[in-house]
Amino acid sequence: MLVIKDLYAKVEGKDILKGINLTVNAGEVHAIMGPNGSGKSTLANVLAGHTNFEVTHGTVTFNGKDLFEMSADVRAKEGLFLSFQYPVEIPGVSMVNFLKTAVNEHRKYHNQKELSAGDFLKLMREKKAMVQIDSQLTNRSVNEGFSGGEKKKNEIFQMAMLEPKLAILDETDSGLDIDALRIVSNGVNMLKNKDNATILVTHYQRLLDYIVPDFVHVLYEGRIVKSAGKELAFELEEKGYDWIKKELGE
Amino acid sequence: MEDQNKLINEVTQRDYRFGFVTDIETDTIVKGLNEEVIRIISAKKDEPEFMLEFRLKAYRRWLTMKMPEWAHLKIPVIDYQEIIFYAAPTQQAKYESLNEVDPELLRTFEKLGIPLEEQKMLSGVAVDAVIDSVSVKTTFKETLAERGIIFCSFSEAVKHHPDLIQKYLGMSVPYNDNYFAALNSAVFSDGSFVYIPKGTRCPMELSTYFRINAQNTGQFERTLIIADDDSYVSYLEGCTAPMRDENQLHAAVVEIIALDRAEVKYSTVQNWYPGDKNGKGGIFNFVTKRGVCKGVSSKILWNQVETGSAITWKYPSCILAGDNSVAEFNSVALTNNFQQADTGTKMIHIGKNTKSTIVSKGISAGRSSNSYRGLVRVAPKAENARNFSQCDSLLLGDTCGAHTFPYIEVGNSSSVVEHEATTSKIGEDQIFYCNQRGISTEDAIGMIVNGYAREVINKLPMEFAVEAQKLLQISLEGSVG
Ligand SMILES: Nc1ncnc2c1ncn2[C@@H]1O[C@H](COP(=O)(O)OP(=O)(O)OP(=O)(O)O)[C@@H](O)[C@H]1O
Ligand SMILES: [Mg+2]
Repeated sequence: MLVIKDLYAKVEGKDILKGINLTVNAGEVHAIMGPNGSGKSTLANVLAGHTNFEVTHGTVTFNGKDLFEMSADVRAKEGLFLSFQYPVEIPGVSMVNFLKTAVNEHRKYHNQKELSAGDFLKLMREKKAMVQIDSQLTNRSVNEGFSGGEKKKNEIFQMAMLEPKLAILDETDSGLDIDALRIVSNGVNMLKNKDNATILVTHYQRLLDYIVPDFVHVLYEGRIVKSAGKELAFELEEKGYDWIKKELGE
Repeated sequence: MEDQNKLINEVTQRDYRFGFVTDIETDTIVKGLNEEVIRIISAKKDEPEFMLEFRLKAYRRWLTMKMPEWAHLKIPVIDYQEIIFYAAPTQQAKYESLNEVDPELLRTFEKLGIPLEEQKMLSGVAVDAVIDSVSVKTTFKETLAERGIIFCSFSEAVKHHPDLIQKYLGMSVPYNDNYFAALNSAVFSDGSFVYIPKGTRCPMELSTYFRINAQNTGQFERTLIIADDDSYVSYLEGCTAPMRDENQLHAAVVEIIALDRAEVKYSTVQNWYPGDKNGKGGIFNFVTKRGVCKGVSSKILWNQVETGSAITWKYPSCILAGDNSVAEFNSVALTNNFQQADTGTKMIHIGKNTKSTIVSKGISAGRSSNSYRGLVRVAPKAENARNFSQCDSLLLGDTCGAHTFPYIEVGNSSSVVEHEATTSKIGEDQIFYCNQRGISTEDAIGMIVNGYAREVINKLPMEFAVEAQKLLQISLEGSVG
């Protein structure tokens, strides 16, 4: 589904990603862990097409297509979803209007008929139940005045609405309370199937109890320096990152 | 979006249904300005003596005045001897078919959902069919007449209601108020007149759309709205279609008078031709709009969405004379490319316990310049006056400019005046967030800008609000790459 080859990227003239290689197949869950500032969010943003980041080398194919040939909105409509580490607020734009536009843009792209207002609201009700998001929230402006946890929940709600092929969840677990973590994880699990894939960026093994990864990668200084099964997460939880740095001879 | 398009179509279809009158006699044309020209204008309109005197007084005063230079605008020299001050409102065809019209303009029409026949009208293509609107017009007029409401062209009002004109003309905007108001007073062509009798609620939004014969009132329009005691009216001015007009200079005057407990809501969508991407052409719009809350507990609301004109110089204002009177100014002014706008309001508190609110939302893109200029003055006797002003500027890109010039004069200690101002840039991260959900950059900007202007747009009557939203989006197309 996603093939990243020798990817380099910089921001503000500074090299952040320094040769990423990663292959994600349909049906898989990958977890990416790594110290603060190692480039996890940068990778997510580069994949999603943020123009702040300049790709200087490497290729990424997504479902057989060259990802860098597509603008950010096309990538989204091709099925790439990013749950933001820091979702932005858009004052005055209602969640309902925002999502209705988003859903219908996806449908248009795939030559489907736009949803009627009634059908859209029905779909929204269904998905709201899935992540147990408060109706009050969806009646407000996009993320405006949402608490940290509410913003994260709202990201997963949008994911449920858009049903992406590849979801990249950037620290969706941070800021969620214990119940919310369970609910959100359940939501993600319900959305999982053999045709889609998930990349989880997280600092904590706890999330991986709920959403069990097939692979765990350690991103360090812009490179994936270690990949293993889910047991790696326990090891990191226990020992931190120093031993990996040592392994790298630092 | 689908619903919106449908609504827009409905709105514009209706507009179309009422149609335009093309069969208007042509008349002698005189170039330049002098007393003789003014006498001719007045004579052609068959005006009573007092009108001629008003015009001449204004003209003589205008000669002694200077074009105002305080605005944050670069205004080219205007040669008044090159302007034709009297041309009957003809609809002369400039083109044989739509094929000759600027394709850019046609694209905009299409996006706004303007029907084909009307596209032709607006861009000056010859139209054969005049849509039959007589019956609709009649029902409409009957409904109003039953309630004693007068809604007609200014010229008709001068003929049939000279007493009202004589009493109220110049009450809000005196003939010598400012350079452009004086010019307008001297040479104004036509406009609308509204009188709402005591205790009457006007049952429909009054719109220039309905004013069949006065559709093309030209560059010096004059509107007078009088709301008698305990009455209410909502008036809509403008059109979202980008009107092509060969007249570069527009200097309109709008006067509103609200008597005891009367309420007038005046909504404008202004979309005159802004000039092309390189700043060539476009309308110079110098408007004087003022309302007087003359009666106790009266209320005047100015709501406006301004996206057009190369130069906008406009300060819809209120004089809160009656005790307990209330005034509001809600404005969205958008400038793109090389447009310049210096706009705002004046709130003059004279009565006790008067209250005014100002919400101004500027949006600047391209290489445009967008200034808010607002005066809040509280007279010494205006005890317990309240004003709240909120002036926000939104910048798209870094080649445009936004400026805020608030002037506050408070003459007593029991009054409270609050002013808040913010300037923000449209966030790349907001656009990216929308992109990430499958929304194109163009749509995202439209959405974010509309969200920013929501507070003001919500004040507009429903059908206008929908049009205004679409208009904001279209006006920004191509402004962020
Ligand atoms: N817009 C930017 N301008 C300048 N530097 C940036 C920008 N975005 C990211 N960086 C820098 O790039 C590096 C990687 O940041 P990134 O956000 O990818 O880290 P991360 O692995 O997600 O960290 P965390 O675990 O704290 O979320 C950091 O040093 C950060 O300061
Ligand atoms: Mg991060």
